[in-house]
Amino acid sequence: MTEHFDCLIVGAGHAGAETAIALRQSGFPGTIGLLGAELVSPYERPAISKEYLAGTKDFEQLLLRPAQFWAEQQVTLRLGRRATAVDPAARTVTCDDHTTIGYTVLVWAAGGSARTLSCPGHDLDGVRVLRTKADCDQFLAVLPHSRHIAVIGGGFIGLEAAAVLRQHGKHVAVIEALDRVLARVTAEPVSRFFEAEHRSHGVEVHLGARVAEVLGRDRAVNGVRFTDGTVIPADQVIVGIGIEPAIEPLVAAGAQAAPGGTGVLVDDLCRTSLADVYCVGDCTVMRGGPGIRIESRHNATEQAHTAGKAISGAPRPLRLLPWFWSHQYDLRMQMVGLTIGYDRVVVRGDPGARSFSLIYLNKGRVIALDCINTPRDYVQGRRLVEAGVRIDPARLADTRTSLKELAATAA
Amino acid sequence: MYFTVTTQHGVAHTVEGRAGMSLMQNIRNAGVDELQAICGGNLSCATCHVYIDPLPDGAYLPPRSEDEEDLLDASDHVRDNSRLSCQLIFGPQLDHVRVTIAPED
Repeated sequence: MTEHFDCLIVGAGHAGAETAIALRQSGFPGTIGLLGAELVSPYERPAISKEYLAGTKDFEQLLLRPAQFWAEQQVTLRLGRRATAVDPAARTVTCDDHTTIGYTVLVWAAGGSARTLSCPGHDLDGVRVLRTKADCDQFLAVLPHSRHIAVIGGGFIGLEAAAVLRQHGKHVAVIEALDRVLARVTAEPVSRFFEAEHRSHGVEVHLGARVAEVLGRDRAVNGVRFTDGTVIPADQVIVGIGIEPAIEPLVAAGAQAAPGGTGVLVDDLCRTSLADVYCVGDCTVMRGGPGIRIESRHNATEQAHTAGKAISGAPRPLRLLPWFWSHQYDLRMQMVGLTIGYDRVVVRGDPGARSFSLIYLNKGRVIALDCINTPRDYVQGRRLVEAGVRIDPARLADTRTSLKELAATAA
Repeated sequence: MYFTVTTQHGVAHTVEGRAGMSLMQNIRNAGVDELQAICGGNLSCATCHVYIDPLPDGAYLPPRSEDEEDLLDASDHVRDNSRLSCQLIFGPQLDHVRVTIAPED
């Protein structure tokens, strides 16, 4: 007999779990099913490359809600199952165990899977990604025997992992194909700052380096060869090169995707082009937006609550002010806004003092901030981005005037 | 050991707290969803903002760090007795403390 839910949520990560929470908060009276591929209760994914890897938080502290919460809220968890097909006419989802689940409303919150290498040696023992608790547990199990770790990818996951691994006392090499770390999301001053910080902690940073082959012996990793012939030793390889959105079943069912299949297109209520099918989280691209996926906990939560309210009959269009945080060594960075389209940056504060902000402008308006060890600039700078104010760059750079004062005078 | 958390709607929950875990985590584990903790206790937001009632005898709080000050300062609802609950670790020093969830910004 086929199970049926009034609202079926595919994906039990942040977006899926928060959708269930939002539905109940909105008074949704129907049955809710939460389908997750991972065999654990929903948890804080950002901690996987930070506190959980570092061992400063145990798993129980990462749970989004205590285990008994879901049953108490009458949210049926179906864990360890992956959706492989969607039939929007029959309103069913088929899973990898060949079961079928019926729905009245579907919320696709399947996120994505970590991209893997495709070069020779990509499948050797010791080559791994770091997206799930299970990934991290497997890595932690072998970490005591590991000495040289190659981290492929100089994005947030790669740099956060590198920082933790250095603090575990490992030899760490970060391998980045572009000419600077964090190239996709930040401007050069921030990239160079983080590069210098990692080097000062003893991380080997290789820029403009592409991996040609992962080398091994007896099926186990023992090195990485770059395209220029350089070989570095490694007994573990962490691959942090982004995610592939998990959207194939939904797109195959007819949901419109962004060009290149980079995500499922959703409107400001998180509706897809299929009736009664919503999509939330890492795998979405918002119509009328910058045309990219916003892979953040904040976006997942905001979209989840938007979908939850819409499904419950109290729709509220989403106006997202994206923000993000990263934590490496004793550096806390908060970012607000999107840097796409910046034509000018202003350094505020002193990178040498390890507390500064980079303010991004487009046609004179503040569009984003990267704030490193200055939560004051972050919370005050948010208002500048929200208001899209034009401020003289010289005044933005002048730390004698707070961003709060600048916001007030610009209003 | 117990603490009491009152929601913005005035509903009070008296909860047996777990020592060693932040007040934020304790409140959320008690099922009080109204308290958000978007950055997971990383001093990167102010969504776990609470007001602390005058402390019972024997209770004490660690002072606010500069970062906590900055984050709270930017809230429209900050008061003298505001704290970020992710920065307060529950234990004997917080036994019988009473807190109220601050409005969201």
